[in-house]
Amino acid sequence: MTVATPAAPGLSAPAPAPDRRRARRRARRRNLFSALLFLSPWIIGFVVFTAWPLIYSAYLSLTDYDVINDPNYVGLQNYRDLLQDPKVFQAIGNTIFFTVLQVPLHVIVALSLALLLNRAGRSSSFFRTMFFLPKMTPPVAVGILFLLLFNGQNGLINTVLGWFGITGPSWTTDPAWVKPGLILMSLWTVGASVIILLAALQNVPEELYESARIDGAGFWRQSFSVTLPMISPALFFIIVVNTIAGLQTFDEAYTAFFGAGNTTYGNDAALFYVIYLFQQAFTFLHMGYASAMAWVLFVIIMIVTAVQLLVSRRVVYYEGEGPK
Amino acid sequence: MRRTARALLGGALAALTLTATGCAVGTGGANDSNAQYDSASPLSGTLSVMGFSGVDEVATSRMDLAKKELGDGVDVKLIEGELDLQQFLSAVASGKPPDIVYADRNQIGSLAARGAIVPLDSCIEGEGIDTNQFVPAAIDQVTLDGKVYGIPEFNTVQLTMANSQLLDAAGVSLDDVNGSDWDAVSAANKKLTKSDGGKLSVIGYDSKMPEFLPLWAKANGADLISQDGKKAQLDDPKVVEALTWAVSIYDDQGGFSAVKAYRDSADFFGEGNQFATNVLGAMPMEQWYVNVLNDVSPTAPMAFDTVRDKKGDTIAYASGSAWAIPAGSANPEAACRWAKSMTSVKAWEAAANARIDARTKDGKPFTGILTGNADADTMIQGMVTSGGEPWDTAVKKMYEANNNTFALPANPADAEFTTAMQDAVNSVLNGQAKPEDALKKAQKTAQDALDKAWAKLDNGGKSS
Repeated sequence: MTVATPAAPGLSAPAPAPDRRRARRRARRRNLFSALLFLSPWIIGFVVFTAWPLIYSAYLSLTDYDVINDPNYVGLQNYRDLLQDPKVFQAIGNTIFFTVLQVPLHVIVALSLALLLNRAGRSSSFFRTMFFLPKMTPPVAVGILFLLLFNGQNGLINTVLGWFGITGPSWTTDPAWVKPGLILMSLWTVGASVIILLAALQNVPEELYESARIDGAGFWRQSFSVTLPMISPALFFIIVVNTIAGLQTFDEAYTAFFGAGNTTYGNDAALFYVIYLFQQAFTFLHMGYASAMAWVLFVIIMIVTAVQLLVSRRVVYYEGEGPK
Repeated sequence: MRRTARALLGGALAALTLTATGCAVGTGGANDSNAQYDSASPLSGTLSVMGFSGVDEVATSRMDLAKKELGDGVDVKLIEGELDLQQFLSAVASGKPPDIVYADRNQIGSLAARGAIVPLDSCIEGEGIDTNQFVPAAIDQVTLDGKVYGIPEFNTVQLTMANSQLLDAAGVSLDDVNGSDWDAVSAANKKLTKSDGGKLSVIGYDSKMPEFLPLWAKANGADLISQDGKKAQLDDPKVVEALTWAVSIYDDQGGFSAVKAYRDSADFFGEGNQFATNVLGAMPMEQWYVNVLNDVSPTAPMAFDTVRDKKGDTIAYASGSAWAIPAGSANPEAACRWAKSMTSVKAWEAAANARIDARTKDGKPFTGILTGNADADTMIQGMVTSGGEPWDTAVKKMYEANNNTFALPANPADAEFTTAMQDAVNSVLNGQAKPEDALKKAQKTAQDALDKAWAKLDNGGKSS
């Protein structure tokens, strides 16, 4: 026996099935419209400032374009030229060298400082601020600072090394030492990573350490079996972000070696990929070629990040997931 | 809903793709055929000036005069700061360029080849600008394919600057370091150089590489590029010889790396400059540095001469600025008159007087201005005030150098050419290549760039 559902007070009896579907569709359309309306500022911003330049640069990469005259379609010629340009390979080599050394060093230093801060007690907030402050320095200023601190003749770094009887190298002028110098200088901005890792460390439940201690685990065992797994998402985030930043490195090296004060002596040891891209675009006005370079970099970053994501499935532990 | 979203996305992508293929504003074959240049006609509207900062008395006194010449009908707006190529090209591409730009003369060729600036033949004729009054090297630098694209302003030349105290102590004369005898320079360099505990403490001679390769090549009788701007000559044996010698100057002091690190650590614009602190024997340097030295270290033991070629004749590698009218300038007539007024003898006279007043107030001598206008230079040379020795000699030598200048001719690939040349020099300085190999490689790079750029220019802005 079926019992008719009484209509809710104030509502008419339910419409027949096709009408109900139409009403539902109308409501869905209204909802979609409202959602799009509320999202429209972001959508417009995204289309104008991200999607459009992205698509347009993809098109430009297939043209010969000097910013002034109409783009002239050349197909894949820019990409073919890229493969024959020795400077592209030099720039890629420099960039990979920088990234491969800078990222692990950055992570090691950030993690060490975070571990120290984690034990600093009440003074930790002061040191947190101190470590983060350099991050606020504009990159152009960091580039100038690099030239001063790392000057081979009388820079502070070599002066300090001299106190220990070490003759420091010519960090800013010797091609063999330019990249190591820039890598060391990049640690200037390690503060942001320290803050992230410190937050992750402070979120590791104390009970885990207690259990580990009860089971007889020492410091190293606790570090490798408790601390590292628990902060692995934060570590992974820092590795990915710094890898991308490393592959796109530009500001400090450009200021120090290719900027206004260095218009003639640009040390090619510091010619990173984005610097060469910038030169092609705004010095030689080869905007099509530069766009092709940008897309090659995009693909490289995509591949590197994809590999990192694949590896992360095996080594990154997210709370709430079962054991791997 | 999914269909609606798909339709929206598809529509957006289609629209973007369609516009992507036809939105650039081209200016190929730029001209100002609609402009009516006439020195007698009144002007009106706005004149936006990009790349010029009217910050000192030399600029402001001339601007006042130029504004008067334009008349009350023209509102001059300065877009201050050095010319930002990105900003300028974006403005041109978007169809809203400034009315006039103030650019480095070595940028004129590239900008002209791309149609970013217009030839000034009509402007020169209409406003009655006498191009013969300009320093020939300066006019050459703004002339591409027989057409003048800029009105030159200022001229930069090099002098030999030396620390007389160090020269005397080493038993070296000024003639030994003025470039007329390269063996003598090398010998003087060795005598002047001092090291302290394995560290350089006195730079004997600085051949100022890589920027002065054109100067040393010319001193050796070679031009880096043919007069018509079409043929690179970087692998000329005389250029190789010049580079080899200029780099050997650094090698004799422990290598460029050591010299540059020491050079970079100096207080170049302050009291602790290399000459005042007796840590540099001699170097060729642009003439504006005379003023710096006179300002910050008037008692420095200086000695000055011109830079000389191997025959002993004075030479100088000229550079400077120029006024150019962008394609699509909304007020080319006002732009043209502005350029004419700013570079006129009258304007330079006003500038010299303003500078004399300022220097007198500071109790300092007026050391002259190199204007790029030969007539104005002659006039101003007669206005200089004595600052005693060695500064009077410096001024005299500056004018001598100004009368013996050369410049790299304008070409449509000047940025690529210059970069190829500098890369070659840098690779030799860094010990990564031998002069001959580096210059051979640079020759190919530079020639390829020139060939492409000229072909494009002949092809109306399209790559062949």
